[in-house]
Amino acid sequence: MAAPGGEALRVEHVAKRFGGVTALRDVNLRLGRGEVLGLIGDNGAGKSTLIKILCGFHQPDAGRIFVDGDEVVIKSVDHARSLGIDTVYQDLALVNELSVYHNMFLNRELVRWPLLSNRRMRRLARQHLEDMGVNIPSVEDEVAKLSGGQRQAIAVARSVYSDARILLLDEPLAAMGAKEGALILDLVRDLKARGEVSVIVIAHNYGQILEVCDRINLLQHGSITFDKPTSETSVQELTDLVVAEYRAARTQKLRADPGMDARPTPRR
Amino acid sequence: MSDTVEVSARAEPAPAGRPSRGLPRRVGEAFLRRREASVLVVAVGLGVYFASASPAFLTQPNMVNIAQATAPAAIIAAGMVLLLVSGEIDLSVAAVFALAPFNMHYLTDYYGVPILAAIVLALVISALIGFVNGFITVFFRVPSFVTTLGTAYMVIGIVLTTSHAYPAPIPDAATETIRRWFGASDWAHLSWCLLIVVFFHLLLTRTRWGLHTIATGGNPLGATEAGIRAGRIKIGNFMMVATLGGFAGILDAFRINTIDPNLGGGFGIMFTAVSAAVIGGTSLAGGSGTVIGAALGALVLAELQNGMNLIGISANPYFLILGAAIVVSMIANVYLSRLRRAGRS
Repeated sequence: MAAPGGEALRVEHVAKRFGGVTALRDVNLRLGRGEVLGLIGDNGAGKSTLIKILCGFHQPDAGRIFVDGDEVVIKSVDHARSLGIDTVYQDLALVNELSVYHNMFLNRELVRWPLLSNRRMRRLARQHLEDMGVNIPSVEDEVAKLSGGQRQAIAVARSVYSDARILLLDEPLAAMGAKEGALILDLVRDLKARGEVSVIVIAHNYGQILEVCDRINLLQHGSITFDKPTSETSVQELTDLVVAEYRAARTQKLRADPGMDARPTPRR
Repeated sequence: MSDTVEVSARAEPAPAGRPSRGLPRRVGEAFLRRREASVLVVAVGLGVYFASASPAFLTQPNMVNIAQATAPAAIIAAGMVLLLVSGEIDLSVAAVFALAPFNMHYLTDYYGVPILAAIVLALVISALIGFVNGFITVFFRVPSFVTTLGTAYMVIGIVLTTSHAYPAPIPDAATETIRRWFGASDWAHLSWCLLIVVFFHLLLTRTRWGLHTIATGGNPLGATEAGIRAGRIKIGNFMMVATLGGFAGILDAFRINTIDPNLGGGFGIMFTAVSAAVIGGTSLAGGSGTVIGAALGALVLAELQNGMNLIGISANPYFLILGAAIVVSMIANVYLSRLRRAGRS
């Protein structure tokens, strides 16, 4: 399914090492404008590292990144934001001690120098959450009081509100009930329907990811090894791919260390 | 969870317009919302008690005493609250408190710097010590407890070495007006204190700096992910505490009309300021605290010391009460914040 309106993001030969550990070997990826791309892969495959490079938290050791066809060197989180790239982190980056509306405007506060324009932020946050169909009791409540799904919804709403054109969702469905997960999926669907935002979603639940994504990429050992439109793949195929990888890794380890299986496993 | 909250955001009126609940409930909520309220009650209660127990308590000279005892701790606590909220602590502020008046003295008497410029320079030097504290803490990732323990002893060492452990007189260059403005007059302490407390209260609650301070202490990783420069926030707060420490030291030197190397009692005034902050509802874990609460905390401590003195209780149990007050207010703090988050609405 070709995305309308060309290319939002392209990543070419990106690599990243942390000390002796190679997190990303050679990543090539493209995201069409208005497209929702699902990024899957086993734990430690480098998904979060890739996201953190795209959002300016880490800098790659090698490779090139293009936004809307122009090559960019993303220097910081602020810089990524100015390029229209915004991230919803796994940990949500919400501050429990602050109100919902302060979290919505975190580091993008509206100010009438020297004071914060609290009233304006309150009004805009309320209106925006309403527009997005996010229901919370009050924007003045501390975030600590909200449920996991509501927190997630606020984190997503915050990124959308920032006029992000490329939205990165790092495991938005992790640690979330079915109902709360559905809320996030609905949000992603709404974004897709508007067609203004391109999205990369990292997820473990292949069923849910297939529901909302246009295309699926599999990240294995620091590079993309699988790239298919959602219509041409299935939960079964994705599961098989990841399991096959696990088996292969195990065989390799066994070959390197034949004694591994013979060792007695500790008993309780 | 989520199905209990399907109340539309639109239906929620401004907080003032909430449907009428019982008065006790509203008072209860106000207490939960405004942590300062409970400290205020304690401060007023103590005042009433001591006033009834001793006729000397409410006299003007005694009010001046209390104001002068409250102010240095409250001034330092104003900055300390911001630093604690951002997740750090400064043990060296009492040493800076002692150093600043000496720097003023050295600059005017040995280098001929005009007195006002010397005061400003002494504050700049205090800020630099704060910068060093922050820099070491942020860039070398040394816990601030350790960093500032080290700098505290270093600064105490500098004070004792340069002064040969002898007190010095206030520089002659300081005119009567300057002396009065910077602490010699009855209400100078209180005036500065109120000004500073209001300023830092607004800084913490109404500005980006304050918001980012809360975010830095409340969720350090999340704050950086949101693009907040947590290191810069922390260093700035270290510099503010140190500057306030230096300023409070200068005020106190003018008040007692001597520059004493033991001013601040080594660590004493720092611990008083931290106690005031904690009693006022600031969490040492970072993320929450109030400047006004800390000022009221300082008032409570000053009232206790002063009042016990007046009604003839020996000063010795003061520490017993201080310790109990810290522990009790900390327990109340933890308990109240849990209540507040329990989602009572």
